[in-house]
Amino acid sequence: MADPQRITCDIFDDDVAVVQFKDRKILDEGVIQDLGRELFGLVEEAKHKKILLDFTNVEFLSSAALGKLISMHKKVEQAEGKLEMCSIRPEIYDVFKITRLNEKFDIYDDRDAALGAFRA
Amino acid sequence: MIDSRVVLGVERATVSTGDAAMQASWTWVNNYDIPSRLDDGQRVVQEIIHALRHQEWKQDDVFAVHLALEEAVVNAIRHGNGLDPTKRVRVETKISAQRCWIQVEDEGSGFDPQHVPDCTANENLEKPGGRGLMLMQNFMSSVEYNEAGNRVVMEKVLD
Repeated sequence: MADPQRITCDIFDDDVAVVQFKDRKILDEGVIQDLGRELFGLVEEAKHKKILLDFTNVEFLSSAALGKLISMHKKVEQAEGKLEMCSIRPEIYDVFKITRLNEKFDIYDDRDAALGAFRA
Repeated sequence: MIDSRVVLGVERATVSTGDAAMQASWTWVNNYDIPSRLDDGQRVVQEIIHALRHQEWKQDDVFAVHLALEEAVVNAIRHGNGLDPTKRVRVETKISAQRCWIQVEDEGSGFDPQHVPDCTANENLEKPGGRGLMLMQNFMSSVEYNEAGNRVVMEKVLD
C-alpha cells in the first residue's frame, strides 16, 4: 500500500494499530474517499485485528465521514477484529449520540483507556 | 405563491421572522448563487462560518451551524442538483449576535423529508447514509422544507 496521506498508524502493545487522522476537518469528498481506502487497507491488506481510531486531531466531520466509519466498523467485525475509538471531543461525541452511533461503536475517553480495553 | 412548509422536529424557539425589530438587528446578510460544485459549496460554507466567528459566536454553536450548513449545501449540490454544474444552488444567510437564519435552495425535483428513513432505527444503524437530515434537525432550532422539497430554511436561535 502507498504511504497513507490521511492517517498515521503506529503499533502499540505489539498488535494494536493506533490510527491518527491528519485532517482536522473530515468533510471534503476527496479526503473522505481517501480516508475510507486507507482505513479499509488496515483491515484488508495489513490484516490488523485490533484497531484504535484516535480522534484527538479531529475538530469536525460530516455525515459522509460517519458513513465511512460505519463501513469500517463492519469490515473489522467481518474480519473478526475489534475497532475502538478514543479522544472524541464533546461536539463530535454529540454527533455520534444523535445518530446513536455511540451505542454501536466502542468509545473511550483516551488512548490509555482504549488500549486497556484491548488488553482486558 | 403560498408557501406551505413542512415543519420538522420540535421548534425549540418561536421566532417571528416578520418582526421588524428583529430584522433590523441582523449584523451580517449575504446571498450566494453558485454552480453545483462541491468546492464552490465549501467556499460558501467557510465564508458563513467565518462570519459567525467574527460575530463572536461560541465554538459549540458555530460547530452546530457548520454541521447543519455543510449537510444542507452538500445535499443541495449532490442530491438536489445531481452535481450538475449548470444547475444553481442559492444560499441566503442572515446573522445577528443571537440568531443565524439560512435558506438553501436547489433546482432539483425535491424530496419528501417525512420519508427519509430513520437512521437511528436498529435496522438502519449499520447503513452508511441518511444521517445528514437528522443532524440538521438536532443542531438547529428549526428546520423547514417547502412543499416541493427543494428549499430548506433553518435557523439557530441562541438562548
